[in-house]
Amino acid sequence: MFFNSDVSRRIVGRIKRAGAILALSVTICSGWSGVPAHAASFEDDVALFAARSFADSETAVSHLQVSGNPLAYPIISALKDGRLYADEDSKKVFIKGTDSKIVDAANGQSVATLPDSASPVRLNNRLRRTIDAALGSLTLLSPDVAVRIQAAQSVFKNHEESSLAPLDAALRNETNDTARKALAAARAAVVLFKTDASEADKLDAVATIKARGDQDALALLSGLPGDASPAVTRAATAAMTSIKGNLALWSTVQNAWYGLSLGSVLLLAAIGLAITFGVMGVINMAHGEMVMVGAYTTFVVQETIRTSYPAAFDYSLLIAVPLAFVVAGAIGVSIERTIIRFLYGRPLETLLATWGLSLILQQAVRTIFGPNNREVGNPSWMSGAFDLGQITITYNRLWILCFALTVFVILLAMLRFTRLGLEMRAVTQNRRMAASMGIATSRVDALTFGLGSGIAGVAGVALSQIDNVSPNLGQSYIIDSFMVVVFGGVGNLWGTLIGAFTLGIANKFLEPVAGAVLGKIAILVLIILFIQKRPRGLFALKGRAVDA
Amino acid sequence: MTRSTMSLSSGLLSRRSWLAAVAGLCLGLSAFTPANAADDTIKIGILHSLSGTMAISETTLKDVMLMLIDEQNKKGGVLGKKLEAVVVDPASNWPLFAEKARELITKDKVSVVFGCWTSVSRKSVLPVFKELDSILFYPVQYEGEESERNVFYTGAAPNQQAIPAVDYLMKEEKVKRWVLAGTDYVYPRTTNKILEAYLKSKGVSQDDIMINYTPFGHSDWQTIVSDIKKFGSAGKKTAVVSTINGDANVPFYKELGNQGIKATDIPVVAFSVGEEELAGIDTKPLVGHLAAWNYFESIKTPANTAFIKEWHAFTKNPKRTTNDPMEAHYIGFHMWVKAVEKAKSFDPDKVIEALPGIKQANLTGGVSEMLPNHHITKPVFIGEIQGDGQFNVVSPDDPTKARLVPGDAWSDYLEGSKDLEADWVTLKCGNYNKITKKCGGQGS
Repeated sequence: MFFNSDVSRRIVGRIKRAGAILALSVTICSGWSGVPAHAASFEDDVALFAARSFADSETAVSHLQVSGNPLAYPIISALKDGRLYADEDSKKVFIKGTDSKIVDAANGQSVATLPDSASPVRLNNRLRRTIDAALGSLTLLSPDVAVRIQAAQSVFKNHEESSLAPLDAALRNETNDTARKALAAARAAVVLFKTDASEADKLDAVATIKARGDQDALALLSGLPGDASPAVTRAATAAMTSIKGNLALWSTVQNAWYGLSLGSVLLLAAIGLAITFGVMGVINMAHGEMVMVGAYTTFVVQETIRTSYPAAFDYSLLIAVPLAFVVAGAIGVSIERTIIRFLYGRPLETLLATWGLSLILQQAVRTIFGPNNREVGNPSWMSGAFDLGQITITYNRLWILCFALTVFVILLAMLRFTRLGLEMRAVTQNRRMAASMGIATSRVDALTFGLGSGIAGVAGVALSQIDNVSPNLGQSYIIDSFMVVVFGGVGNLWGTLIGAFTLGIANKFLEPVAGAVLGKIAILVLIILFIQKRPRGLFALKGRAVDA
Repeated sequence: MTRSTMSLSSGLLSRRSWLAAVAGLCLGLSAFTPANAADDTIKIGILHSLSGTMAISETTLKDVMLMLIDEQNKKGGVLGKKLEAVVVDPASNWPLFAEKARELITKDKVSVVFGCWTSVSRKSVLPVFKELDSILFYPVQYEGEESERNVFYTGAAPNQQAIPAVDYLMKEEKVKRWVLAGTDYVYPRTTNKILEAYLKSKGVSQDDIMINYTPFGHSDWQTIVSDIKKFGSAGKKTAVVSTINGDANVPFYKELGNQGIKATDIPVVAFSVGEEELAGIDTKPLVGHLAAWNYFESIKTPANTAFIKEWHAFTKNPKRTTNDPMEAHYIGFHMWVKAVEKAKSFDPDKVIEALPGIKQANLTGGVSEMLPNHHITKPVFIGEIQGDGQFNVVSPDDPTKARLVPGDAWSDYLEGSKDLEADWVTLKCGNYNKITKKCGGQGS
């Protein structure tokens, strides 16, 4: 009995598989024309899209998926992108191509214009999931490796039984190793959830999924139905424990990465202040507004590019960096010349004056650009993420880390190797001696303040990629910046670097335990305690320069 | 410090402003005949922040009030009198709200005030309105647990926004596991308390609920988003209910997009994200995430189309979006006009008595009514974010025929609050305890 039913099931499976492969190859063959197997119902299925009901659209997609009609793929992908239009009155459905050409979805003939009454077919999340599953099995044989891997991934998530045949076909032709792995995992997922698969097959599937070892694998295994056989359940539980242990290890790595990334943001925000406050000793409350000016410069650059040279959008940040430096630096120099130079040696007055200045700058930006957030786009090389082992690294955070370190190195080199850097150090260490050596100290003051402000502006370009570009942007960074500079040691760039990364990493290891609000409080308390012990921060300046 | 700066600047500017005033007076005298004497106009106070953190949301509400008043004046005003707007700027500073409210009522003698956004600003002006016996129309969705004689709540109570949104996720998306993420202040905390009690009453276990609070303006969402991802990989369908407010939303959604959490995997339903907030983000990676509101700009009704057209004309900006609190002011303002006409008086006591029972067509095809508990009936919509920053209504199927939900001041799911009832018509009480039969019960 058992043997017989098994054999017959295999035979039926083979026939099904063969049919599906035929259907698939038909789908891919774009030049193919003829009478498809479900010719009578294909048009009815397409017309379902005009019913304006999510349930009907879902039925239509699942019918189209197995119809084998060459139009199925264009229709479903158009639906996904919102390019599928339906006319409720005439029950006609149209595909608007990426090149804006209109095609009748039922027969593939071109149409001159869309009827006025046609509107895009609406989507909801359930329908989107059905579409992803359908596209997954329709694109398993795509010539593009990336598309194949994505398809395998979506089959892995949806693990629908109907995908098994196309998966087998795809596995047979697959040459790329990564894609092969993804396909095998997807196949294992389908087998695991197939009610009539044998226990041995299911155990194999659990092993394959365990080898994948990521969060998706864990999600899949914990979603296993309760009626699975004891052996399978046991294997799955064991696999889950092993994956969980592995992931716990990775999550430490991930916290460290998040800490580095937060540290790089802190470093960027604080590095300009390390010059104006750290080197010059000006309590500059308008520092955050220089960051904001940099972010708005990015916005203006992107707007200009969008309207005049849309092709150059990816370079917008490269253009914005020097511009932000110049704009914020110029504002910094003019602030120093008109306000701060009269207040040297009077920290309280400087604090009040720069605080007032920050309010003026904020309200000015609010008046010019409006109170709303402005959209600053991510260039393509800063969008998305890649996986490193079991952690996800987003490109924008990675670039910001590199950028922060680059800015730091350039600044350090400038202070050490250029004439301006030498003069700056001389003036801050002993103003009168420097003056007697023929250095124009007031010019150096203005340039130093301009440099600090310019660097803040450059930081604004990077921060516009991860935060709101609004008049309040600067306010949210000013406290953090002072914290970093004071913690690291006033007057020491290396202190700022170490301080930023220490605070970033400490924050990210505390956050999962204590929560975001308590974590932040804990960090502040720790800093207060630390400052009690070492009032001059991590790296205190020593020697005669200190009180000069 | 703010005050000293202000007096300083007014001192500096006094000569110039005096000159300007004289010049203005001369112009005024020469140009107009003195038909519009001051006592022929009725003053309406507008108490919305035009500077500071809340300016992003509240400036729009000031503009819409000016438009509504302008429009009413074109129709001949109310009871034969022209309306005049008095705009003040409480600058996102909660104590200043109370000060400015007092100034509006006692100095400017306004008949009614439209204003406030955050709950803390509303709480700060409450004593002023009670003491001076005036009227406040409050247009924003809030946490409930309040009903005052002098306040009319035209925004949604939790049962008109949060609970229907959760119901939608349970029914349509079959969500079994819940992340309640919010900014750390009174509205998210109370709303999440209500939602937690509601979910438990529906049989969701404690293990399947994750609650997370973040500070205002939180910008580094890496850890929290990856925690959500982890929480969502337990094999049960997971959703995030977001009461994250204000600026923190943009980096939150950016991080979701970057870490590749799609709406099809873990949908996020938000209560504080509208057309205005989305204006600062590229919404393409967010398509499919949800928001629950009582109004969406994209709902096509003749009234809404006309309102949007008028808004664009009034602001001279064809790109300005409309949103839910704007509609609340639209409804509230027209209700006030109708109540004044019914009472034949601008006297706050008479208007407060006339308001319950007043009906006003909303912009999405229904007719809202002011209830005895000073809340109104509202339709509830679930919208999905689209690539163009607008929302596509996914529930109910035909938004123009949505059922209206009466606003409930006291939640039915919280201990202490479920026994309370607000009724200013028969019981004359905002917190009547149904068990002890006494006025003055305590909420949660």
